[in-house]
Amino acid sequence: MLHEIKLPDVGTVDPTVTVVRWLVQAGQAIERGAPLLEVETDKSIVTIEATVGGILESIEAEEGAEAATGQVVARIKVAADLGDTGTIELRAGARAETIPLLDLYERMVLIREFEEGVKFLFLEGSMPGTIHQCQGQEASAVGVCAALGPDDVITSTFRGHGHALARGLSIEELLDELFGATTGCCRGKGGSMHVGDLDKGMLPGIAIVGGGIPLAAGMALAIKLRKERHVVACFFGDGAVAEGAFHEGVNLAAIWDLPVVFVCENNLYGASTRVDMIMRVPRISARAAAYGIRGETVDGNDVLAVLEASNRAVAECRQGRGPVLLELLTYRRTGHSRRDACHYQPEKERAEWMARDPIEILARTLIDSGAAAPETLAVIKRRIQAQFQTAVEHARSRPLPSLDELATDVYAQGE
Amino acid sequence: MAVLTFREALNQAMAEEMERDKNVFLMGQEVAQYDGAYKVSQGLLKRFGPERVVDTPISEAGFAGIGVGAAMVGLRPIIEFMTFSFSLVAIDQIVNNAANMRYMSGGQFAVPIVFRGSSGMAGCLAATHSHRLEAWYSQIPGLTVVMPSTPSDAKGLLKSCIRTDDPVVFIEHEVLYHERGEVPEGEHLVPIGKADIKRPGNDVTLITYSRSLKATLAAAEALAADGIDAEVIDLRTIRPLDLDTLLESVVKTHRAVIVEEDWPYCGLGAGISDRITQRVFDELDAPIRRVAAKDAPIPYNKALEASMLPSADRIIAAVRDVLYL
Ligand SMILES: Cc1ncc(C[n+]2csc(CCOP(=O)(O)OP(=O)(O)O)c2C)c(N)n1
Ligand SMILES: [Mg+2]
Repeated sequence: MLHEIKLPDVGTVDPTVTVVRWLVQAGQAIERGAPLLEVETDKSIVTIEATVGGILESIEAEEGAEAATGQVVARIKVAADLGDTGTIELRAGARAETIPLLDLYERMVLIREFEEGVKFLFLEGSMPGTIHQCQGQEASAVGVCAALGPDDVITSTFRGHGHALARGLSIEELLDELFGATTGCCRGKGGSMHVGDLDKGMLPGIAIVGGGIPLAAGMALAIKLRKERHVVACFFGDGAVAEGAFHEGVNLAAIWDLPVVFVCENNLYGASTRVDMIMRVPRISARAAAYGIRGETVDGNDVLAVLEASNRAVAECRQGRGPVLLELLTYRRTGHSRRDACHYQPEKERAEWMARDPIEILARTLIDSGAAAPETLAVIKRRIQAQFQTAVEHARSRPLPSLDELATDVYAQGE
Repeated sequence: MAVLTFREALNQAMAEEMERDKNVFLMGQEVAQYDGAYKVSQGLLKRFGPERVVDTPISEAGFAGIGVGAAMVGLRPIIEFMTFSFSLVAIDQIVNNAANMRYMSGGQFAVPIVFRGSSGMAGCLAATHSHRLEAWYSQIPGLTVVMPSTPSDAKGLLKSCIRTDDPVVFIEHEVLYHERGEVPEGEHLVPIGKADIKRPGNDVTLITYSRSLKATLAAAEALAADGIDAEVIDLRTIRPLDLDTLLESVVKTHRAVIVEEDWPYCGLGAGISDRITQRVFDELDAPIRRVAAKDAPIPYNKALEASMLPSADRIIAAVRDVLYL
């Protein structure tokens, strides 16, 4: 979003001032409140600060020119969009030799094929309710989960299929859940928005935006009190940072040094609302400073960059130096839910992100480095597609809960 | 008369009131640029501009509280919750700041605000996204709680609610938005606190509201085929309760069944049944029966969810029960 910087009323008699000097040049980053330009008024030279932070897009009043109160003198881009990923440090190509790269590839393809398959099941009417999908966000789920050990735990959201598959839930227990079967990971009671399996280290998806953030801190508190070295990875979206639960959860984790990696998948949209509409700092990771913890923005479509950053964050948490806030820049290429036509994403932005497909990025690395032949990758994809189709056939005939099960699992003992 | 959908009727009510009173404005997630998550605010941004149709971040406590603050100093906000399930995040603002304000300030402050949005079991959305909160909100002195079931009532009641000087919880039902019905144009006001007899009858009083009206009317038709003449009362306003209309009917029929989509324990039906019993116990020929949601969180599985709803069959069984058939 472009924000117009208008010349403020600097308390002059004559509304016209002269621009003396720009303190920031077009293309440079500027923080909210930082000095932007100096103007000469009928009384003195006054410094004018930026009212928003971002990238200075354009200067509309040259040095020496006259300008009047209220006139637009500059435009600042207040956005975490692709246009300024240049200012973040991308950390690709990490320790390729020690990472089972093909495993990462396979998990990402698994998520993509699962989501595409489910999309069609939904379109053909086999799937009830609504579905929030994660095509295009595979690298963030897989990269973070690859940094975790078997005793670590993740929390997720309504958009949880990818996190679940990355964490090791099976296609079958997920699909069966979506079909409402008793063999589903939540016995058909939770559905798409609430998938999870504690045995595999994943809480049920917390579908209320922000609701999982204090929970993650709570599990981390238990880990700390028990003197264990496990870590909680807490997934949430850019939309969640506007909720009180984000502030309270992150702050509590910070003051008690809890081992949580807060993973914000910034896919630029919370439903139809673009991230620059909901905050004035250009980076979600910048908020970490306010809590006294470390924050970092990473290219969320580069699974190796995500893995590397996650490894570091997880290591810090294990050493008692957590929590950490990771912001993974990615893109939601589907509608928010199956109901949303997604007409609000600008063509150009979509095209740019579609060109940065996380699976293709890793495929290129694998092929270019000679780690895998294109045919190997094609075989992986075909194998997963076949596995998915078999799982669908099974899911269609799985047992559905009987009406007696309506009131089971409400209490430990029944009422 | 124009035939409108429920959402169009709500839209018309808001547009007319915003036209009439410049203090009225709409705020909530996706209400402006997206025209509303359920398209209830379609076209309002274009018509009234971004200062009066305001998109918010996902900050329910924040924008509910902002609405209350603005209302305390004279604006008349309409706060849209994408669904009332998410009002749980904001309930402190609704209860402590909106409902209590007039009272605890000794009458210094009015809070003319409408909290509105969808609710209910809307098809496999499971436990977190299917809340029915009418009983919770109706328990709060200071709140007015309204739940229309037809497009015409939706428009007429929303207009009245926007004009009232007290905080209103105006609960729509997600599955009713596409329902069509005749809606009077222009100044159509339905009074708050007035129930509506949607089907007159003599043998049994069926009391319901919102989405359950449909199943209740269907049950009444099926019962009519068996010679049972049910009177169907649509509460429309849950608080304040139109007890007079209920008592008049029960005194005529001597039997009552209350139909609600909310949970049974400590539910709305319990409160209504208590009020009727306290006043006309001697008129009743049978204990009042309730048909409510089953007493469990809302399941994802379709058949389990369907089993929770007050269906026509469950209503008919309850009617036969109070008629000792
Ligand atoms: C408290 C709350 N408010 C609103 C919603 C409805 N809702 C579900 S997802 C969503 C957008 C979330 O955006 P973001 O956090 O960026 O996650 P993403 O959808 O991009 O994965 C909204 C508004 C909700 N589930 N919970
Ligand atoms: Mg998002």
